[in-house]
Amino acid sequence: MSPTLVKNRTAVVGIGQTTLGKGLPDTELSLACQAVSLALDDAGIAPSEVDGLASFTMEPNREVDVARAVGLGDITFFSQVGFGGGAGCGVVGHAAMAIATGQANVVVAWRARKRASAASRPWAQVQARLAEAGQWTRPFGILRPVDEIAMLTRRYMHEYGGTRDHLANVAIAFRKHAARNPNSTMGHKPLTRDDYMNARWISEPLCLFDNCLETDGALAVVLTSAERARDLPHPPALIHSFAQGLPPNHQTMTNYFTEDPLRGPAWTAAQRLWANADVGAADVQVAQLYDAFSPLIPLSLEGYGFCARGEGGPFTDNGAIEWPDGRLPVNTSGGGMSEAYVHGFNLVLEGVRQIRGTSTSQVDGAEVSLVTSGEGVPTSAILFTKDRG
Amino acid sequence: METAWLLPDLEDENTAGFWEGCAAGELRVQTCASCGLRRMPPRPMCSRCRSIDVRWEPTSGRGRIWSFIVPHPPLLPAFAEYAPYNAIIVELEEDPLIRFAGNLVASADGAINEIDPATIEIGQSVSVVFHQIEDVHLPRWVRS
Repeated sequence: MSPTLVKNRTAVVGIGQTTLGKGLPDTELSLACQAVSLALDDAGIAPSEVDGLASFTMEPNREVDVARAVGLGDITFFSQVGFGGGAGCGVVGHAAMAIATGQANVVVAWRARKRASAASRPWAQVQARLAEAGQWTRPFGILRPVDEIAMLTRRYMHEYGGTRDHLANVAIAFRKHAARNPNSTMGHKPLTRDDYMNARWISEPLCLFDNCLETDGALAVVLTSAERARDLPHPPALIHSFAQGLPPNHQTMTNYFTEDPLRGPAWTAAQRLWANADVGAADVQVAQLYDAFSPLIPLSLEGYGFCARGEGGPFTDNGAIEWPDGRLPVNTSGGGMSEAYVHGFNLVLEGVRQIRGTSTSQVDGAEVSLVTSGEGVPTSAILFTKDRG
Repeated sequence: METAWLLPDLEDENTAGFWEGCAAGELRVQTCASCGLRRMPPRPMCSRCRSIDVRWEPTSGRGRIWSFIVPHPPLLPAFAEYAPYNAIIVELEEDPLIRFAGNLVASADGAINEIDPATIEIGQSVSVVFHQIEDVHLPRWVRS
């Protein structure tokens, strides 16, 4: 099958998001409906025209409930993608494939989340006895996602000489970007290197500021064909390339049982992403890299080919991931660590804004905009490009 | 507080052989009965020859620390009581691709926070010991 079946055939034409914050009074279903409604208004498309839906398996709101409340039409495509933070770009990619293959004309993808929701924090739920994967780590106090990633981080530091200064580069860059984004939840709080180095530990070698936020909110995107996109209000963000990634012998999050645990799902997704694209990593002008934890940034920089193995830490030195002068501005809305953590779906919207030219930390003339989902779990990535057609 | 510890389901058909080994004082690894490939965590088919026949082979019980963490609160109450404690990944001496999570302790029934984390290093040699909680024998590691 030719990769051109998807390449440049579809576009994100609408984006919508609710308030992002803590303790929002709205239900998750209400938040989802609000975000979908805002995205449709942004696209200039009526709810009755929506005939496809794509969401996370961890999404608490069912398709039937969202479709009924927003007044969507006859739905002929609906799909879900698994593995939590790895799903975001996959959801959007499935929407693009549905349109490119004629299964739907207008597809909405969304994520709604409240931090207090039980479904949002499975690690906090105590089970009577552990089945399967949890057996191998939980009894030893490797309890939370941060513990699981801290274990990989320590090994990464050992093998490649990565340092806490590299991780601080990440946290500080994203906080600076958040400060320029009025919709971010942490932009009002500056973060210095001293703040980072003096922060309390969460799971050594990771401290408080290596962790993403916990945020309530919902975000949605609307996709349709590239042809129709040209008649809609906003510049289309073309889906130029899309890939998912699940490597051999992978165990999500606790991926210590494979030959090379530091070569994660990003490497698998990257192979397909670049093979199906007309451009390469060197052409990417701005990237939104999934940042549930700061060490995922060096790992993703390596996996997607922005630098060689082990050079992801030094890559972040000298402001290289900071807007406006860095060689690759990363997470220009503040990302999961400083804008909001909604399972990485806010990164998708920021990737679209960079193509539209409407980011609060806009990269001049951005035409190639990468978005990735969670490294460390079966993942996905999308390359958005500007429509030159 | 150990009643609130997170413990494995010993009835899990795919993994019971491991925990039976621990109860017998042996660190066993699921091994393909057809081609001999060791695999951890266990799985119902051999990823090399696709046999579904397995045996549980004893190992040396010796290994090296592959990585370690020191968790701090917020944690589940049973674990918060010991925080900061260590958790480690050990690679098996005779097959470094076979790895186990555990805790570094001074003795089998010692607390998971009794080793000074500043003295833990990747590459240190360790040997398995077993610590019983309820009906589960958890593998733990002491320096060797």
